Amino acid sequence: MAKHYTLGLDVGASATKAVLLDGDVDVARSLRKSGANFAAAAQACREEVVETVGISVDEIGRTVSTGYGRRSVDFADNTVTEITCHARGCYASFPHAITIVDIGGQDNKVIVIEDSGDRKNFKMNRKCAAGTGAFLEEIANSLDTPLSSLNELAAQATGDVELGSFCTVFAKTELLKLIAAGTPLPEIVKAAFRSVGRRILEMDPLQGDVVMTGGVVAHNPIVVELAAEALGRVIQVPDHPQHTGALGAAIIATEK
Amino acid sequence: MAEAKKTEIKKIAAAKTMRKLMADHFYELDRAAKDGHPKVAWCTSVGPAELLRAMGFVVYFPENHGAMLGATRMANETIPAANAIGYSPEICSYLTSDVGAFLQGRTPLTDAYEGIESIPKPDVLVYNTNQCRDVQDWMAWFGNHWSKPVIGIECYRNVGDVTEVHVDGIAGQIEALVPTLEKVSGEKFDIDRLRDAVRLSRQCSDLWKKVLETAATKPAPLTFFDSTIHMAPAVVMRGTQLAIDYYNELLPELKQRITDGVAAVEGEQLRLFWEGMPIWGRLRDLATLFLELKACVVASTYANSWIFTTLDPGDPFRSMARAYTELFIVRSDPAKETYLQEMIEKFSVDGIIFHDSKTCPNNTNCRHGMPQRLQERLGAASITIAGDLNDLRCYSDEQAKTQIEAFVEQLTGRAKQHA
Repeated sequence: MAKHYTLGLDVGASATKAVLLDGDVDVARSLRKSGANFAAAAQACREEVVETVGISVDEIGRTVSTGYGRRSVDFADNTVTEITCHARGCYASFPHAITIVDIGGQDNKVIVIEDSGDRKNFKMNRKCAAGTGAFLEEIANSLDTPLSSLNELAAQATGDVELGSFCTVFAKTELLKLIAAGTPLPEIVKAAFRSVGRRILEMDPLQGDVVMTGGVVAHNPIVVELAAEALGRVIQVPDHPQHTGALGAAIIATEK
Repeated sequence: MAEAKKTEIKKIAAAKTMRKLMADHFYELDRAAKDGHPKVAWCTSVGPAELLRAMGFVVYFPENHGAMLGATRMANETIPAANAIGYSPEICSYLTSDVGAFLQGRTPLTDAYEGIESIPKPDVLVYNTNQCRDVQDWMAWFGNHWSKPVIGIECYRNVGDVTEVHVDGIAGQIEALVPTLEKVSGEKFDIDRLRDAVRLSRQCSDLWKKVLETAATKPAPLTFFDSTIHMAPAVVMRGTQLAIDYYNELLPELKQRITDGVAAVEGEQLRLFWEGMPIWGRLRDLATLFLELKACVVASTYANSWIFTTLDPGDPFRSMARAYTELFIVRSDPAKETYLQEMIEKFSVDGIIFHDSKTCPNNTNCRHGMPQRLQERLGAASITIAGDLNDLRCYSDEQAKTQIEAFVEQLTGRAKQHA
């Protein structure tokens, strides 16, 4: 049996993503909450992409796992860090020198790629939730608003307010002040998104062409808009920003 | 089975001798504290230990005890006790773990050495702020507790070239310690005894330097993680013959490894430099991770901090002053960067790991743009790991591991392309 499919699995802190490649063509993707059982989430994602394409698991030649839960995938042939996988996945869409900003559930990454595709350097956020998906989850909880509705709410804002605090706990205290002052909800949510963008700009000068990826960007395009406004330049986004790491893992799986 | 062996940390035979030396050191201190003779001096890590030995003190180093608290992870339980009495989680976690341990009546010495129930009570506490201001606060807390004199040296900071002005200033401060030390010890200062201690300290330093420089060989016969263990005699016994004897045993063993082609990291593929404090509670985990990644951490600014090449028995006060001021930790960023460049070249370093140690700003060098300047000027690749020397609440195992693995992937990819 020809095994020309490769699978990339990105077991992230919040979500598990899969990309199935047939040669170099992306033929299926899946997405699940990682939950408390990384292995089960990875298994379910694999089953989903296999069913989508109508093949059997045996037809997958190689699987590479990445993300915080990468070592929990016992059927993976290899594990590679999400930093390398995001870089590979992004370079596939933008094959030139780029600065990648990945906003994940628990951490942010800035990865600088040279024209050749080699990685020049990378940074991760400090041990702090500021600017990550976890920050937005906290804000959504505080506002008793579904996480999935934040983007739509922010888009309705007609004015601007600021969240100046660095710390998530302090920012939540600021929220109380804004709520008490009768600030409209959309403006508060927009301030939270602007805060995410600012934390990113504090990580790196973000030189050259900037590409944003990750689950926060996939579900909240306003983050890109606000970050671009603060940066003063256009920020590009791949077609499937939450699956960039899984795509990179699947590409790496084709190489051996 | 063969696979398992590849990730086993290779044992250094001399470690057995070191364990006995360290036991003797702590029993000697314990006896002195109980008997009241000889007098016990507490000394910060690069304080004037030579002078204290010359005046007949047995010398105890609280930072060494701090490292033990970290390595045994007892610090995790003792730091909160110091936080609770107003010593912030943001200040030196050696200080907070040590004060906290004392408040709780605990010490790792009790577990390691039967019969030792506490740290040795000091007769005098002597600091040099070349490490940080926190060491002064640390000595002050214990000095106040026991009503014992706290004396010391306030150093210069951000030093570019070490000048005669610096040397005069520090030498004068060292000499000014003598009257108090004479009073506490009951012994008259004798310049020949000081010359002797400085001579022994210099010999120890020269041997320690040779030990560390064996790692310039490819493959390296020892790692940074080995050196954090084997530096103990250079830290707590400098100025004694015992330390010299120890390194005279260790050095030939490492040279033999070089002759036999024995690598500390089997299949060494990458050579890294560790900048900043060790993460004491994760030494073994990190050593094993680097073994698995076939990356050898060949050198560090930390272990090099006990190399004092200017100590001169012919001019003891001034040469001590110069040695304490030439120390990496008190130098300006340009001087530090020149030093790091020399290390990168000497040890054929592929990349630098900067440890951003939350509670140790003085021994953290990535907060003022140094990694970026080194990358710009030398093309030196680096990562910055967020952590702490003792407070593991400031360290994320998974994040650090991912960063280190990603760094190795980056460097290995580059190495393959250049091959």
